[in-house]
Amino acid sequence: MSGTFTTSTARNIFFGGTIFFALVFLALTFQNEQIIPQRDQRAQLAANPSIAAGKKVWENNQCIGCHTLFGEGAYFAPELGNVYKRRGPEFIKAWIAAQPTHTPGRRQMPQFNLTDKQLDDLVAFFKYVSEINTNNWPPNIEG
Amino acid sequence: MQYQSQAVAKYYFVGAIGLFVAQILFGLIMGLQYVIGDFLFPEIPFNVARMVHTNALIVWLLMGFMGSAYYLIPEESETELYSPKLAVAMFWIFLVAAAATVAGYLLVPYAGLAKMTGNDLWPTMGREFLEQPTITKLGIVVVALAFLFNLTMTMLKGRKTAISLVLMIGLWGLSIFFLFSFYNPDNIVKDKFFWWWTVHLWVEGVWELILGAILAFVLIKVTGVDREVIEKWLYVIITLTLITGIIGTGHHYYWIGTPEYWQWWGSIFSALEPIPFFAMTLFAFNMVNRRRREHPNKAATLWALGTGVMSFLGAGVWGFLHTLSPVNYYTHGTQITAAHGHMAFYGAYVMVVLTMISYAMPLMRGRAANSNKAQVMEMWSFWLMTVSIVFITLFLTAAGILQIWLQRVAAVPMSFMDTQAQLSLFYWLREGAGVIFLIGLVVYIVSFFCKGETAKA
Repeated sequence: MSGTFTTSTARNIFFGGTIFFALVFLALTFQNEQIIPQRDQRAQLAANPSIAAGKKVWENNQCIGCHTLFGEGAYFAPELGNVYKRRGPEFIKAWIAAQPTHTPGRRQMPQFNLTDKQLDDLVAFFKYVSEINTNNWPPNIEG
Repeated sequence: MQYQSQAVAKYYFVGAIGLFVAQILFGLIMGLQYVIGDFLFPEIPFNVARMVHTNALIVWLLMGFMGSAYYLIPEESETELYSPKLAVAMFWIFLVAAAATVAGYLLVPYAGLAKMTGNDLWPTMGREFLEQPTITKLGIVVVALAFLFNLTMTMLKGRKTAISLVLMIGLWGLSIFFLFSFYNPDNIVKDKFFWWWTVHLWVEGVWELILGAILAFVLIKVTGVDREVIEKWLYVIITLTLITGIIGTGHHYYWIGTPEYWQWWGSIFSALEPIPFFAMTLFAFNMVNRRRREHPNKAATLWALGTGVMSFLGAGVWGFLHTLSPVNYYTHGTQITAAHGHMAFYGAYVMVVLTMISYAMPLMRGRAANSNKAQVMEMWSFWLMTVSIVFITLFLTAAGILQIWLQRVAAVPMSFMDTQAQLSLFYWLREGAGVIFLIGLVVYIVSFFCKGETAKA
């Protein structure tokens, strides 16, 4: 770190390198936007307003605070990206309505007092996410 | 302390330490809920405890960065802060907003909080780490803008150094990338894609610039090594950070509905992300070895060296462990992620803020360094907290390996809940290490009140 390698050389490499790789990243993002329509089930999303409403139910009750969705979230409760395939719609609704279990020592899920409409919307949201192409993740149905 | 206005940093440091305590207490509650599932239910459900734990962490680190910047920029710029009053006012606004948000989490069901704060008008809530009501997010933007204005004006009227430039780029970047938290499309793939532009480009991008700048500042002060040498190191480190870290974002795009090519880009670039952290370790040790003075503040030097080592281990090594896509396919969303998260946040960001507090706090209290007795106590807290975070990480890693085996690799995979029951030994050990961490934190706070002989600043 001496001789010709001055502070201003280092600074120029920093700005040049950062801008270059940021541009590559933007190009990849642009490419990403071109490809995801084939993977993200947007036709379903546009056709069924229940899905967007279900996402609101998902967010407004902070489900991500215990569960994961595509592996992201908290690791306290099961993965829900594929719960529609694992449990099916009726089980999901009955389960949420029956909480909490009050089993001593067991992790407890709160009662969210969802209406029938909200439960249906949430299930529509789970169906939609379960059909997104996630490169075969999770490795098996248990999540 | 060379400029009176640097003293505004004290508010931020005290506020940060207060929130640090809240973070750890709620962490211990969650840790216990991992093994005694109905602990404090329904008063504090797990998701609420987790929001307080993670949000308190984020806010106290932001306060720590702000305090550090209010201390650092006037000294680097060789001029008083543009407006100390604005800085103090912003501190109180930030603190009250943070406290009100936490009170909201604890006192009302989350859906009620969403309704009260009009989330339907502009839905941004309910996403991991960005759970704050939209109005709180807007408050954060206001505080950040006032903060950036104040510091940019300070810098413009004074000396411009590489350290202050890098710090300001980091802080501007932090604020700009936070704006992606306001973008929440119905399309979950796009939602997740751009969510990472806040989360990843913070912690594996611009925050590392802030880290590097603070570390460089403290190293100049405690070692007396030439500024030119230190600034060159700083530029090399942050260059490596951003050329690996920006495209390294791709390691979050393996399984969220995005195309396969991210597995190549993400794996290759994020595999290089440990390099800047390793450079940071070399940097800290090299500068301390080449020191030209014996600074009386030994504790600050210890924190600086600790930042170098622990950020490399937590962010670098534990990040690399699960960053390659074929490995991540099995580890994604398990306790391995949690293990990495704990040591990376502690080793990089907690420790750099504590380094700055350790260096600056005695000066703001009118002495070059704390008494020997107080420093010994502070160093005890360093070791207690650092060793216990290493053990928390090791126990969570063990839990993660077992979890992956039982739930994802075994011939007959177990369900999530059955698997969790098998991990309880490791969760108990983790909770024990967490209690030691809390003891370390108490020792840390007590060290501020420890008297003894001190030299004048």
